Amino acid sequence: MATYNKLELDSLFSATNTDFSMVQILDETGKLVHPELMPDMTDEEMVELMTDMVWSRILHERSTALNRQGRLGFYAPTAGQEASQLASIKAIEKDDVLLPGYRDVPQLVKHGLPLSQAFLWSRGHVAGNIYPESLQALPPQIIIGAQYVQAAGVALGLKKRDKKNVVVTYTGDGGSSQGDFYEGINFAGSFKAPGIFFIQNNGWAISTPRSVQTQAVTLAQKAVAAGIPGIQVDGMDPLAVYAVTKKAREYAVAGNGPVLIETVCFRYGPHTLSGDDPTRYQPEGIQDEWAKKDPIIRFRNFLTEKGLWSQEKEEAVIERTKEEIKAAIKEADQQPKQKVSDFLKSMFEEPTYIIEEQIQQFEAKESK
Amino acid sequence: MAQMTLIQAITDALACELERDENVIMFGEDVGKNGGVFRATQGLQEQFGVDRVFDTPLAESGIGGLAIGLALEGYRPVPEIQFLGFVFEVMDSVVGQAARTRYRMGGTRNLPIVFRSPFGGGVHTPELHSDNLEGLIAQSPGIKVVIPSNPYDAKGLLISAIRDNDPVIFLEHMKLYRSFREEVPEEAYTVPLGKAAITREGTDVSVITYGAMVREAVKAAEKLEKEGISVEVVDLRTVSPLDIETIVATVQKTGRVVVVQEAQRQAGVGAMVMSEISERAILHLEAPIGRVAAPDTVFPFGQAENDWLPNAKDIEDKVREVYNF
Repeated sequence: MATYNKLELDSLFSATNTDFSMVQILDETGKLVHPELMPDMTDEEMVELMTDMVWSRILHERSTALNRQGRLGFYAPTAGQEASQLASIKAIEKDDVLLPGYRDVPQLVKHGLPLSQAFLWSRGHVAGNIYPESLQALPPQIIIGAQYVQAAGVALGLKKRDKKNVVVTYTGDGGSSQGDFYEGINFAGSFKAPGIFFIQNNGWAISTPRSVQTQAVTLAQKAVAAGIPGIQVDGMDPLAVYAVTKKAREYAVAGNGPVLIETVCFRYGPHTLSGDDPTRYQPEGIQDEWAKKDPIIRFRNFLTEKGLWSQEKEEAVIERTKEEIKAAIKEADQQPKQKVSDFLKSMFEEPTYIIEEQIQQFEAKESK
Repeated sequence: MAQMTLIQAITDALACELERDENVIMFGEDVGKNGGVFRATQGLQEQFGVDRVFDTPLAESGIGGLAIGLALEGYRPVPEIQFLGFVFEVMDSVVGQAARTRYRMGGTRNLPIVFRSPFGGGVHTPELHSDNLEGLIAQSPGIKVVIPSNPYDAKGLLISAIRDNDPVIFLEHMKLYRSFREEVPEEAYTVPLGKAAITREGTDVSVITYGAMVREAVKAAEKLEKEGISVEVVDLRTVSPLDIETIVATVQKTGRVVVVQEAQRQAGVGAMVMSEISERAILHLEAPIGRVAAPDTVFPFGQAENDWLPNAKDIEDKVREVYNF
């Protein structure tokens, strides 16, 4: 296990870094094992982060139930990845640009997407993807790797505009095998553009274990191929994820170029709720083994010890979240049915002759 | 006015737009200091700076992603894919991503990108440089496919493409780059996207075509005129979306049609033109629609190009067949 001090953590943010041992601040029991790495967070911020993580776990549980009831569509479970997802998004700024993958809905919501729209996205309704200008994000990307090359472009745009912002994008362990994964980090590196590229290594790409993706010992070391810093972090440790992301942001905004961060984490349950069953391929007991490393348990213990968290506080968050979800589903239910004529109208700024014909055809049909 | 080759007209259009709008930026493999492998971007980096015209790593998919990301930050990217045969590397960015963005975000975001790319046979390139792959893109909703056949159109269409607020793929036929000169205005002007041109008026048979086949069709028409067959040549200029009005009008006028493309019979957009005519103007037809296209093989080895590529003679024969039906 890594025994860094803060100074050494700085040394990881170097294009010549070859130390890919895992950065950890809290151990599995919530004990502070590297106090020297503690990020500059107020008590209030830590409580907010815990609140976000509990919110996300409840969102996961309710999304699963709503999917089973047929009230949600596509859903990729997030339980287990709360530290990786919520601590990283907490470390970035509102004006930073988020390019999420399909499992990264919690980050999108925390970045400003109304929850009802996240539900509409799940159901397959365009209203879920109608983002206000102020929301610096794209909808969840389905083509694994595409968000990486696009992030390189956004990063270069931010740099050219002299904005003090970064782009943040996420993929999984399987995604690190894609060509676009490499091209994305290499382009961002080549242009020294401010991007934070996350690999959320949850061990499995559907049924394919991480070991089948590559013989590379870590995924963070893939950064070496782009000549950029690569850092592996305990993805079940919210403080470690927050500390490393914060530092990556400072590094990128200062004009040093991109950073690749591997968060070692786990997804409890299936790949998606579209029929995947992990008991077919995962070794027995692996889910229980990772349940012991649960980021929520670990952070709960840490904060309770400090007197910042209590069962009552957690229950209040759970209650509030359930109410929020109920209201969001209700709002999503009220969304009018989609019209083909509207789709045709949003193909181009000006409809072409053939599209105009089809608009008329569908409008006639829709008015019946 | 100045006498320009098609490639000079393209460079001129790029310079006009770099001058007009500071958000226009160009990038690709060797487009900067080198001025492009065909000199299409010659002198532009020198004139407008490395921030506006720059080289990229050698990775088409990365170039596509770069264009999308830059467009999201308010730029009007004009990336180059060095040869259209390499478009397979970037198909996801072009049709899986850029072409879908306005739709998938309900019209709240748009990507004003022009992907420029040379293609086309007759210049004995190595493998996968000359393939006519316009049909692949033309089948994808959300992106326009533009193919100029002469210097004047090339400049006006490219300026229109860059000013269009949706993605466009702009395909430049290599054989046309320097094969002839034409009067081209020095100032900026536009040629509308989605509008065909009547290159040559005629009354007996319409030849509907695009790209390098326009010149072949005109050659054939000149020969056939001596035989007393009057051929109208329609240059589609934009192959997606098709200019239905011009296509239908020429069919109504002549009643006989030959659709000509350099692409293989199973590729290109010829079949699309034929089906639109069948649906919209069949009662005006005096004969079945003729078709001239390349054989359904892989694009030929360099030395076999002349036997493989459709030419004026093939067009003449097909026009006579349709005329005498």
